[in-house]
Amino acid sequence: MSISKEILDKIALSRREYQLIVERLGREPSEVELGMFGSLWSEHCGYKHSKALLKHLPLGGQRVMVRPGEENAGVVDIGDGLVLVMKIESHNHPSAIEPYQGAATGVGGIVRDIFTMGARPIALLNSLRFGPLSDLHNRYLFGGVVGGIASYGNCLGIPDMGGEVFFADCYSANPLVNALCLGVAEGKNLVKARAYGEGNLLMLVGADTGRDGLHGASGLASRTFEEERELRPTVQVGNPFLEKLLIEACLELAETDWIAGMQDLGAAGLTSAAVESAARGKGGIEIDVLKVPRREKGMTPYEVMLSESQERMLVIVKKGYQDKVRAVFDHWELHSDVIGQVTVDGLARIKEGEKVVAEVPMNLLTSPPLYRRRVKKPRWLDELQSFNVTSVPDLSPREVGPVLLRLLASPNIASRHSVYRQYDHQVGDNAVVLPGNDAAVLRLKGTKKAISLTTDGNGRYCYLNPYVSGAITVAEAARNSACSGAQPLAITDCLNLGNPERDDIYYQLKECIAGMARACRKLRIPVISGNVSLYNETRDEAIYPTPVVGMVGLIEDVTRHCASGFKEEGDLVFLLGDNRTVDSSLGGSEYLELVHSLVKGSPSIDLDLEKRLHRCCLEAIKRGIINSAHDCSEGGLAVSLAESCLLGGLGFNSRSWNLEGRLDAALFGEAQSRIVVSVAPKLAAKLEAIASKWQVPVRKLGVVGGGRFIIEGYIDLSLEEAREVWWGGLEKYQ
Amino acid sequence: MYLAKVYISLKPTVNDPQGLTIKGALYNLGFTSVEDVRAGKYIEIRIEENDLAEAQQQVNEMCHKLLANPVIENYRFELEEV
Repeated sequence: MSISKEILDKIALSRREYQLIVERLGREPSEVELGMFGSLWSEHCGYKHSKALLKHLPLGGQRVMVRPGEENAGVVDIGDGLVLVMKIESHNHPSAIEPYQGAATGVGGIVRDIFTMGARPIALLNSLRFGPLSDLHNRYLFGGVVGGIASYGNCLGIPDMGGEVFFADCYSANPLVNALCLGVAEGKNLVKARAYGEGNLLMLVGADTGRDGLHGASGLASRTFEEERELRPTVQVGNPFLEKLLIEACLELAETDWIAGMQDLGAAGLTSAAVESAARGKGGIEIDVLKVPRREKGMTPYEVMLSESQERMLVIVKKGYQDKVRAVFDHWELHSDVIGQVTVDGLARIKEGEKVVAEVPMNLLTSPPLYRRRVKKPRWLDELQSFNVTSVPDLSPREVGPVLLRLLASPNIASRHSVYRQYDHQVGDNAVVLPGNDAAVLRLKGTKKAISLTTDGNGRYCYLNPYVSGAITVAEAARNSACSGAQPLAITDCLNLGNPERDDIYYQLKECIAGMARACRKLRIPVISGNVSLYNETRDEAIYPTPVVGMVGLIEDVTRHCASGFKEEGDLVFLLGDNRTVDSSLGGSEYLELVHSLVKGSPSIDLDLEKRLHRCCLEAIKRGIINSAHDCSEGGLAVSLAESCLLGGLGFNSRSWNLEGRLDAALFGEAQSRIVVSVAPKLAAKLEAIASKWQVPVRKLGVVGGGRFIIEGYIDLSLEEAREVWWGGLEKYQ
Repeated sequence: MYLAKVYISLKPTVNDPQGLTIKGALYNLGFTSVEDVRAGKYIEIRIEENDLAEAQQQVNEMCHKLLANPVIENYRFELEEV
């Protein structure tokens, strides 16, 4: 076998995989064929290490219209003939190389996944992770990524409703940039990503093809990150104004019956777009690369097939409708060229003029080897989990106030306004609850309905206990939906981890998915789409395994929604949910890391209580009983109370709160399944009745009002002082 | 005192939406002979420095650290004594 290791490395195939290709093909692949295999058999496109595990996630449900993997994004039915289309995707590696363009093209890519299906994109969210901002390079990445997201999203006129951002050492060399897009469509206009029907034409639309992002799928997203900085010249630069034209033209076409399908060009460009859509349509394709319009001279067939130039779509045009379709694109000043056709021979045939440069059975390209391994729990994890709380001293009452201020100033907790104010979240005039709350809420014009959107994920928890954290991630996203008054509808997930060929990383992946699956089943929320991003590591230093869950929820009556900030002086404040102080809830907490520099212990969750808590909170909001709802997450109960004060601009006063057990655990422990709500005094009895109906513990904490944050005997802070550190905690780095 | 004239342009293989937009607009105005447009930046910097080698080194560093994005852009500059 003459193939060199160098070539295999470039396309990220192992020698065994190469031999498999030769065996199945019955000959050595050509250069173009090998490039196609490299892309389609990459983790990014082929899910070789994750597919066997992902199938454990619950995918079906009454409202679910298509199953994950069948189309570009997941679809749920929300009644009135409308469907929501949603997906999250990572753009981690491109953003590490060129933060601004990397993040911008990440947004462009996810938006294409949505309008490809005939849905109008109506909201964006981003889940971001960086190394500590004390480091200048991290600050550069952070600023660039946020700027790139803002510029692309704002140019498109799609509101960016926030998301989340966290900082930890492990993300220094491997920042995470996950982008979520949600679209809405009339169910009858959904477009499939299928190339079928002999003689139907493959039309390439939008930008010309250049040498952008060669080996993006195979080379970068499927390999660890070391001396690859020289791959930089292949960075993709996006053009949001061109994408805007594509959106309008494609949505116009979605309303006609002139097309058989549409597929956007993302990772692995034309190769994956053509092959995947043809495989779904169970046919074949024939493409002539000479017909692909180029931006650069001298491009080889290999480069044309693997280019990741942005803002391109493949439209499968029904025979005879070519001129009509072209007229639509002409109207929007977009180039469109027929580059090939659908065949029935089950082959992917690539030609350069008359010369055939690749001819491979479709099913070989789309059936990469799937790996599944037995792995044991790594020993280092036992050690991390065996954390004994008594090894750290408790806080004295005098220390509590200053610690609360430190937590509020922590970049992981401080106000995110300096990020989301760069995003236009009000374009389109549908934002009801703005970024900065547990979940953002958007109304759906023309209906009484609204939807909530949130992304959640805690890498530190997942590092400490991947199974439990998988469940927590789902539960927290659902809790955030519930706090906004929305019934959780569906999940899209992005799993960011290190190299799955390592036993400990594979263990994290497997356990995390198992935990997510358990919570999804328990809470009855299907996973409708998603993405895995593996190999996020540099020189054997992997990131925290970071599952990110994007959740969409439905509010039947937009007037019955809820936000996180206190609303009225004199309202009573209650804690719904787990109100016992458990010392172990300090495990994995922000407090433990910030104050004691420890990342140890293990989070825990009771999913039965969690489910009842959501129902309780939803009922209280639907019946208009509570005025605010905010869940307890990073920083624990004290931070949650303080945030409700800061978001509402109102103080809090507790005279009768007997703190039990350890002070640090009671105030800053991160026990799950807790929501802080405020209620008018005359409705308090009703809230207690609802809580008792759902068997949810409820406990009165204090009263809303005044200009101070007071827990008598422990904390007495002016709201101004708290606001200053919380407002500036992240802003000061920008 | 030196005047540095700095020219920054995208690397040849990098997509240039601005250039393409200009090209399209020129074409629409009837300049159909336009084959390609690449857009870039031009910056003038006055430096209180008498030593040419020192000035060169400084401008080079400015370009690398701030003025150009070496990941996707190339730069070159001229120094003029003023």
